[in-house]
Amino acid sequence: MADEKIRVLIAKPGLDGHDRGAKVVARALRDAGMEVIYTGIRQTPDMIAEAALQEDVDVIGLSILSGAHMELFPRVVKALRERQIEPDEVLLFAGGIIPDADIEPLKQTGFQAIFGPGTSTEDIIKFVRDWAARRPARAT
Amino acid sequence: MPTVEELVERLLAGNRRALSRLLTLIENDAPEGRRALAQLYPRSGVAQTIGLTGSAGSGKSTLSGALAREMRRRGRTLGIVAIDPSSPFSQGALLGDRIRMQDLTSDPEVFLRSMASRGNLGGLAPSTAGVVTALDAFGKDIVLVETVGAGQDEVEIAAMADTTVVVLTPGTGDDVQAMKAGIMEIADILIVNKSDLPNADLLARQIASIVDTSPAAHDEGGRRTPIIKTAGGLNEGVDALADAIEEHRAYIAKSTVHDEHRRDQARHQVLALARQRLIDRLVAQHTSDGRLESLVERVARRELDPHSAADSLIAE
Repeated sequence: MADEKIRVLIAKPGLDGHDRGAKVVARALRDAGMEVIYTGIRQTPDMIAEAALQEDVDVIGLSILSGAHMELFPRVVKALRERQIEPDEVLLFAGGIIPDADIEPLKQTGFQAIFGPGTSTEDIIKFVRDWAARRPARAT
Repeated sequence: MPTVEELVERLLAGNRRALSRLLTLIENDAPEGRRALAQLYPRSGVAQTIGLTGSAGSGKSTLSGALAREMRRRGRTLGIVAIDPSSPFSQGALLGDRIRMQDLTSDPEVFLRSMASRGNLGGLAPSTAGVVTALDAFGKDIVLVETVGAGQDEVEIAAMADTTVVVLTPGTGDDVQAMKAGIMEIADILIVNKSDLPNADLLARQIASIVDTSPAAHDEGGRRTPIIKTAGGLNEGVDALADAIEEHRAYIAKSTVHDEHRRDQARHQVLALARQRLIDRLVAQHTSDGRLESLVERVARRELDPHSAADSLIAE
């Protein structure tokens, strides 16, 4: 019987090793019935894009606390594009310490939401589910 | 948007994105996935499939990563399928095998796919065989399948792999586990992993004495299951494991055991799929006409026994 699952990649680009937030989100999405691939800390943009390609994920969530998001996030988008994965084909979101002033520019590069500290995991789950519900059926 | 036929064409031309899309369709058991498999199956059967199994925490992922690096050093390309359990409560899964194989991500000759077990028992996911077929048809020299950490019930992997590697670790009662049915029968290669821990030599000796006295550890060709000590995290013994895998490949290539094993694999796959289809059909039919629920109700109230209920369900 056909059985579709929302597949999510949770990744931490850059050099900060604080992955508690990423793990909390990964576990919450798993408990919401999704299949979550967690790749660990210190990922390069190419490693993240390559994992997204090999795992054929629907959703990519990036977590960063180091302040290098304006540098690294656009490079993740570029690395995805190099692999023919366009930002509008997948749901891209991010979390961590990201100043308000950076949110709009990041949305322009393809990130659909930025979740700051104190976001409830229910909000993130709902955000992903709503996106999955309105996403056009994926042709083969 | 590409059709399945176009995706298959691209996969055969070496396009990894097409491979990845098709793996999803196969994993979801979508009609397109079945159509793709029908086209890919005749082109598979070339790769050496290696099954790596053992209890949770025995070091399978770390050892898989080390083995993959060693095989790459020997010039072999790899597909890796890493299976982790789905939660029986949420049906979700946390797939963490990439963590131990991060460095392999940047090697274009390695394709690593994580799978959730999706309710299947026996260490594999329902569509693992199909995913292996696609990686094989893609042209990988080796397809390495790492099972869910189980312990006593990994027989399914042996029915699918050409070479089954069973990983044991010291201090976990595994010498007794090894004597229970299954492990000796399925292992083509036995590993004592974490060999830097105390009692590793003791476990290796215990396993050796079981192998010596176990007919199941010697096949018709007179091959005795080798026992290899490894420390995956320290990269020790990994070259010996790779040697043993290559020896096994050469051994089965020239023995009649191989043809027999391939027939067993085919029989197992056909029957497993037929069984699943029969069950699906039965459930669908008798859910819609309400017969399943009414039988269940009577069994729960002890008015009918389960055997009679099952007979009644399949009698038409």
